[in-house]
Amino acid sequence: MERINSVYELNQLRDKLKEEFTKNKQRVLVCAGTGCVAGGSLDIYAEFKRLIKENGLNIDCELEEDSCGGDHDHNHDQAHKHETGYKVAKSGCHGFCAQGPLVRIEPDDILYTHVKLGDVEEIIRETLVKGNIIERLIYTNPMTGEKVAKEHEIPFYKKQLRRALKNCGAIDPESLEEYIVNDGYHGLANALIKTPQEVIDEVLASGLRGRGGGGFPTGKKWQFTRIAEGDKKFIICNGDEGDPGAFMDRSVMEGDPHRVIEGMAIAGYAVGADEGYIYVRAEYPMAVHRLKIAIKEAEEVGILGDNILGTEFSFRLHIKEGAGAFVCGEETALIASIEGKRGMPVPKPPFPANKGLWGCPTVINNVETFANVPIILDKGADYFKSVGVPNSPGTKTFALTGQVANTGLIEVPMGTTLREIVYEIGGGIPGNREYKAVQIGGPSGGCLTEDHLDIQLDFDSLKSVGAMIGSGGLVVMDEKTCIVEVARFFMHFTQNESCGKCVLCREGTKRMLEILQRIVDGDGQVEDLDLLVELGETIKDGSLCGLGKTAPNPVLTTLKYFRDEYMHHVENKICDAKVCSALKVYHIDPEKCKGCTRCARNCPVGAISGKVKQVHSIDVLKCIKCGACVTACAFDAIEEV
Amino acid sequence: MGKLCNCSRDLLANQDREIQKLFRSYSPGEKEALIPILQETQGIYGYLPKPILYITSEYLKIPVGKIYGVATFYNQFRLQPVGKYLVQVCAGTACHVRGGDLVLQALESELGIKSGQTTQDGLYTLSTVACLGACSMAPVVTVGGDFHGRLQPKDIVKILREYEIKE
Ligand SMILES: Cc1cc2nc3c(=O)[nH]c(=O)nc-3n(C[C@H](O)[C@H](O)[C@H](O)COP(=O)(O)O)c2cc1C
Ligand code: FES
Repeated sequence: MERINSVYELNQLRDKLKEEFTKNKQRVLVCAGTGCVAGGSLDIYAEFKRLIKENGLNIDCELEEDSCGGDHDHNHDQAHKHETGYKVAKSGCHGFCAQGPLVRIEPDDILYTHVKLGDVEEIIRETLVKGNIIERLIYTNPMTGEKVAKEHEIPFYKKQLRRALKNCGAIDPESLEEYIVNDGYHGLANALIKTPQEVIDEVLASGLRGRGGGGFPTGKKWQFTRIAEGDKKFIICNGDEGDPGAFMDRSVMEGDPHRVIEGMAIAGYAVGADEGYIYVRAEYPMAVHRLKIAIKEAEEVGILGDNILGTEFSFRLHIKEGAGAFVCGEETALIASIEGKRGMPVPKPPFPANKGLWGCPTVINNVETFANVPIILDKGADYFKSVGVPNSPGTKTFALTGQVANTGLIEVPMGTTLREIVYEIGGGIPGNREYKAVQIGGPSGGCLTEDHLDIQLDFDSLKSVGAMIGSGGLVVMDEKTCIVEVARFFMHFTQNESCGKCVLCREGTKRMLEILQRIVDGDGQVEDLDLLVELGETIKDGSLCGLGKTAPNPVLTTLKYFRDEYMHHVENKICDAKVCSALKVYHIDPEKCKGCTRCARNCPVGAISGKVKQVHSIDVLKCIKCGACVTACAFDAIEEV
Repeated sequence: MGKLCNCSRDLLANQDREIQKLFRSYSPGEKEALIPILQETQGIYGYLPKPILYITSEYLKIPVGKIYGVATFYNQFRLQPVGKYLVQVCAGTACHVRGGDLVLQALESELGIKSGQTTQDGLYTLSTVACLGACSMAPVVTVGGDFHGRLQPKDIVKILREYEIKE
């Protein structure tokens, strides 16, 4: 592409591209997100290409997101030359990973799910050539058995409002042209004709709050940085996404990298920064790869670099890869990590807005926050505010996982209820099991019970019940999940990730973990529960950064809402979910036992006694709960109680 | 501190091209380059060989102790060589509630090693990670970078067999 020298030229290019692209509307999109690749989508893509070529069809095929990282064989220029026929394209993750591998056919909006290699030939023959829908491959609603062919009619998508994720799954993330066609960099162009203060005012008016967890108003943060003293300022994008169980930021960086760049450039212009860093989590090599391509493309056409779009504004971007430390998601630790040090938080103030990277005023925002900025500058603050709730306008993405039928990446207006997400978008809990709780906000968040199903998900409502949106991980748990064990799991995580600077966080989390371990091992006492609360409150008060301040949350909220379950563990030594192996008790059903002695022979500790042809029994004190007897018994006589 | 031991001298003398290229892309004394250099070193060797830490120390003018501090702070870095295939078991929330720990147990008993160890034949190193970002296909394991999702403990033997056949 040639250099774009002005806003006018950008607009012209967009119009020209739009014309070309409408001619080329028919496409086959094979999803190549991580989930679909594991399901074999790369082979499916290759098969499409092979068969199309073999049959001499005028159909072009591309992958949706190339997760194998690099040498794929599609060529933008060539692909765009096709004026008729199908184009098989590549894009970011569709979000509906549970149904993968996915193949989407445009413009008919047909979504084929669980596609196998052997189905490709039929799809070409029936759907592409004859225009028939293949019943077997379309989505079936697991609850009603209803079949749905069109993607936007599937309940999973119907309730969603995709704004920040609009392009994810719909465009080729390695093509700047496709981004521009979809109104990309229009927000930046609009910003550049305003004064920096006007840009900040627009962001302030939109009410955008940071999506990284805290929910701090983005416009205010920018204002602080703008008025802070210093010639050199920085913009940092926090792509560390440390919450285990969340992958929204990953999907945005991989599926729509230019949007992140655009948001950062707008921030740079607004606060007077000419350099920025994107800090990407170590486990996301694909995001790094995509962002690098996008930065290079943007530099080549003059959207990054000196004199952007022919204006005075210059902005450069670098990528920093994280090295695997949860605490580096905390802004001051992240800055230390970019500087090449151990990622340890430092006390605030001074805030990064005044003293950030190398002591310079720095804006640090989350990936999704930046992804929302172009919308505000492109369509205006009022458009942005038109959805959501007054104190939390706009939309929010969530990673919906755990015991729910439709796992995947979703985006809904702020204020959507948990019930809508779990039951309508998520399709409920599989296997007719009971809903127990949702863990929101990862290791810093809390759990929401059945009573909270109708609570609106926004920053303030969640705070009022002791939880937080956090990054947006939503893990659904059912009756087979042990709440105490999950609390232990989170404590294990934060204890491991505590950087060790604050004594209360370092030692306190260790003690809390010990107690929780004791409880799931069946050695807990009633007093332990109060001790946990006391320790938790102390750690919250005595820690420097958000890690320690929030680490006890999962334990404190579960203790509040599921105290009975804790009590059963410590008092009756019973795990209601039958998860904690130490609390399992095996029992031989005298009706079913034939006295074959097989269980006794298989017991590694000799806990089972009984004579041949007589009912056997288990010595619970000797039993190590390994379950060997259950497997050995041919008559189903041994049960877990 | 910062003095080269004999082994690192040898290594310097025999530095293969990759390592030379790596150092040339950063300027001496550029402190912020530490983490990228360690990452790229690990990319080449699969772990951080001690001599390279000494070379890095001299090159960036950072005491070796500080480098060691950084290398041990971040989960990504390994100071021991790894097996041919790195087996990463996700220990994230989504994988945990869908039985990730049972998958880990199955791997441990099948390979006869604990997380963090390498098999005697040098084929596998077993480790856990916080989240692989593929939570919708939980529980997830990667073997040599390939993703395997929606696993049950009984799938493990079959998966490992695939890699053994390749050998
Ligand atoms: C322990 C800890 C981990 C954090 N992890 C992340 C993270 O993974 N991603 C993120 O964007 N913010 C994370 N944050 C919040 C950041 O410190 C910071 O508030 C955020 O990046 C600001 O961006 P925002 O205003 O756009 O939300 C974390 C904070 C703490 C205390
Ligand atoms: S929790 Fe396992 S991949 Fe995210």
